[in-house]
Amino acid sequence: MKVLLNGEPFATDAKNLDELCARLGFAEAKIATALNGSFVAAASREVTPLTDADEIEIVAPRQGG
Amino acid sequence: MLTLYGAQFTSRLLLGTAHYPSPECLQQAVEASGAQIVTVSLRRESARARTGQGFWALIEELGCRVLPNTAGCRSAKEAIATAKMARELFGTNWIKLEVIANDDTLQPDLFGLVEAAAALTEDGFEVLPYTTEDLSAAERLVAGGCAVLMPWAAPIGSARGLINKDALKTLRAYFPDTPLVIDAGIGTPSHAAEAMEMGYDAVLLNTAVAKAGDPVKMAQAFAKAVEAGRLAFEAGLIEPRDMASPSTPVAGTPFFKIDHAS
Repeated sequence: MKVLLNGEPFATDAKNLDELCARLGFAEAKIATALNGSFVAAASREVTPLTDADEIEIVAPRQGG
Repeated sequence: MLTLYGAQFTSRLLLGTAHYPSPECLQQAVEASGAQIVTVSLRRESARARTGQGFWALIEELGCRVLPNTAGCRSAKEAIATAKMARELFGTNWIKLEVIANDDTLQPDLFGLVEAAAALTEDGFEVLPYTTEDLSAAERLVAGGCAVLMPWAAPIGSARGLINKDALKTLRAYFPDTPLVIDAGIGTPSHAAEAMEMGYDAVLLNTAVAKAGDPVKMAQAFAKAVEAGRLAFEAGLIEPRDMASPSTPVAGTPFFKIDHAS
């Protein structure tokens, strides 16, 4: 399926959000996630299935004012 | 002592973490400023660069309280989702709530801000809203549960200082018991001192330090200005007057004569 990962087209067959994060090397990383504009808690990623055209955000700490 | 949502701080200067020439400079500037609260954001993480992981290690070393923002959000919905991601990421209920209305002025969308502030408060957040000096917006934010207000001095990064002092004074007068933090638009230490002299509880700034010729020295300058301004406020400022008033006693002035001719 094709999803939009952080605003970019991305092909994946990950079954859920947790699997996608793990495949990207984020299993132990300090990240937070959102799916289609809504926050998805870390504990809920495994039970959050992915479907075609999903919009996924994976964010991490960054400088800010 | 500065008290924000029950947490106490000896420093009344909050510092942003963006735009420093190097990570080392950021660390040194934060130390020099004495700031106990630093603002951070969250941004898209690349699987290859993993920029955020290194930055987080740096922030943890500072030992400061972290205040995450929702910078760049253009709607209440975006800000709410971002705040929830920030809460999980940074492990804090604090959120510097920004809902931006205009890219040129970066002015807050007050309607979206009020909506998001109420929803986030309901969800257990402790909201520090980046707002304007508008009194009616402030009233609605407080009614929605905000126990701290953060009005701008001027547009973010503009370095123009307190451009609407009358309204900022009004805000201070209307909310004597609500911590008020000047957030954004401060360019010089004297701007910060002026805000503190007006009775504002704290100042939040970033660009004025980060983009200074010597950010570490400028951090020190702001720390001193904020402290001086607060001391002046506590000491009680004299009222300005139109005409002169001699500071040296008039009585006993040598050569003084009463003009009997007139």
